[in-house]
Amino acid sequence: MHPAPSVIVFTTFSGLGFGLLFWLGIDPSPPTGWVAFAFFAIAYALSVGGLLASTFHLGHPERAMKALTQWRTSWLSREGLCAIAALLVIGLFAALLIFFGIHAAPLGWLGALLSLGTVFTTSMIYTQLKTVPRWNTPLTPALFLSISLAGGALLSGRVTEAYSLLFIAGLFQIAWWRRGDTALRNSGTTLGTATGLGTTGTVRSFSPPHTSPNYLMKEMVFVVGRKHTDKLRLFALLLGFVVPPILLALPMPHLFGALAVLSHIAGIAISRWLFFAQSEHVVGLYYGAR
Amino acid sequence: MTELPTSTTRKLGLVIDLDTCVGCHACVISCKGWNTENYGAPLSDQNPYGDEPMGTFLNRVHTYEVTPEDGPAQTVHFPKSCLHCENAPCVTVCPTGASYKRIEDGIVLVNEQDCIGCGLCAWACPYGAREMDQAEGVMKKCTLCVDRIYNENLSEEDREPACVRTCPAGARHFGDFADPDSNVSRLTKERNGIDLMPEMGTAPVNKYLPPRPRDASPLTPFLAPVADEPVGFLGWLDRQLDKLPGGSD
Repeated sequence: MHPAPSVIVFTTFSGLGFGLLFWLGIDPSPPTGWVAFAFFAIAYALSVGGLLASTFHLGHPERAMKALTQWRTSWLSREGLCAIAALLVIGLFAALLIFFGIHAAPLGWLGALLSLGTVFTTSMIYTQLKTVPRWNTPLTPALFLSISLAGGALLSGRVTEAYSLLFIAGLFQIAWWRRGDTALRNSGTTLGTATGLGTTGTVRSFSPPHTSPNYLMKEMVFVVGRKHTDKLRLFALLLGFVVPPILLALPMPHLFGALAVLSHIAGIAISRWLFFAQSEHVVGLYYGAR
Repeated sequence: MTELPTSTTRKLGLVIDLDTCVGCHACVISCKGWNTENYGAPLSDQNPYGDEPMGTFLNRVHTYEVTPEDGPAQTVHFPKSCLHCENAPCVTVCPTGASYKRIEDGIVLVNEQDCIGCGLCAWACPYGAREMDQAEGVMKKCTLCVDRIYNENLSEEDREPACVRTCPAGARHFGDFADPDSNVSRLTKERNGIDLMPEMGTAPVNKYLPPRPRDASPLTPFLAPVADEPVGFLGWLDRQLDKLPGGSD
């Protein structure tokens, strides 16, 4: 799949932002006043910024509001609604904390739930697609949710939680990659089933329908980035899940804490790039590619 | 609405005969010709006369080589367009309701005024039947020539999809699969029509007729091979060359 920068930015930053909102929402003694303002401003910049980035790849962004109508069947629609609801509820919760010093705990819990719901619905957009076997697994929501929770814990300075959640997220990451490497083969879809000619003999693409790449190939048959997979996976794992806990153990928590967050973001961005670049769409089979 | 109808009154679709298709691409051209000036936005081309032309097409013809266990390889031309699936994944993923499946005849269409061009439907389709128009930013797909088949301004014989009307080999057939006695239902039954990627659970309406088994004479094994070992001077040369370093393959 084509790794569109807007979608990588969106899933990386909004995942982190909604993770932070979750922790702020369930905090039994949340910050108030200016400290609260700073935390919520960061969380909103990340989550709203990510959501805005996701509209950049639309053909008609001016019609984006129509995407909120089909929640009965569409995970994309559910994601939009969940995100708006989360931002509204937490917005009210944050305003009460910042301006009045009032801690409306149930509002925070509801906002936290909706924040996690947003990350979950984002992950389901990919998980639901049978056409991309690497994504079509419950491990995808597990990966997205654990990364979001770990990132949020890291960003809000919850060191103990960050340690364990980074470890869990790292395990999900490895499991997701391992399963993904055989996902297309295990899906049972081949050029034989795609053409229905597999029962007659071995099928080979003899000549493509067009002489240069079309939308389908540019969007769904992205193969150039797979060369450095192993190295990129190592970088993603180290920067995203291994370096941050080490930095957290060092003195000067503000400096090294900030570096830990930056390292984590870099690692997750690489992981998200691989999430798209490595994933094979079955339509590639028609072109003799994968 | 992106909820799929539980059943449709009619099931309009195509039968594509892989035995008969000669791979001339006439269906591709007539499809583009009709659909670029009728339903919805035109089908744009990018850099059409350059070294890497690209454009929106609703129908494409692949060519495959099939090699049976025993027997010679066979070339199969393979036209591919929207299969108007009964369980169309492209419809349910649409966030805006632009994609829908019609209750009256099962045709899957895009209302371009509602399409935001997110591309998720193209991701959900296993067949590559949807293409985002690069000029218009909306999703284009086969309409089964909905503006021809019911068009009373056209003469009776023209009220079928442009690809079917133009096919010089008669490899494409249009009809109602809900009617067990229709031409398409009978063809599918007689020739064991198949679904593409049945494991995807899309329940495609369009059916493909596999190539018929090729004739094989019972005398074939007894016929003398045409390409014999070289004899005489050429045979001597062949053997000498084999002896040189590098040998024969």
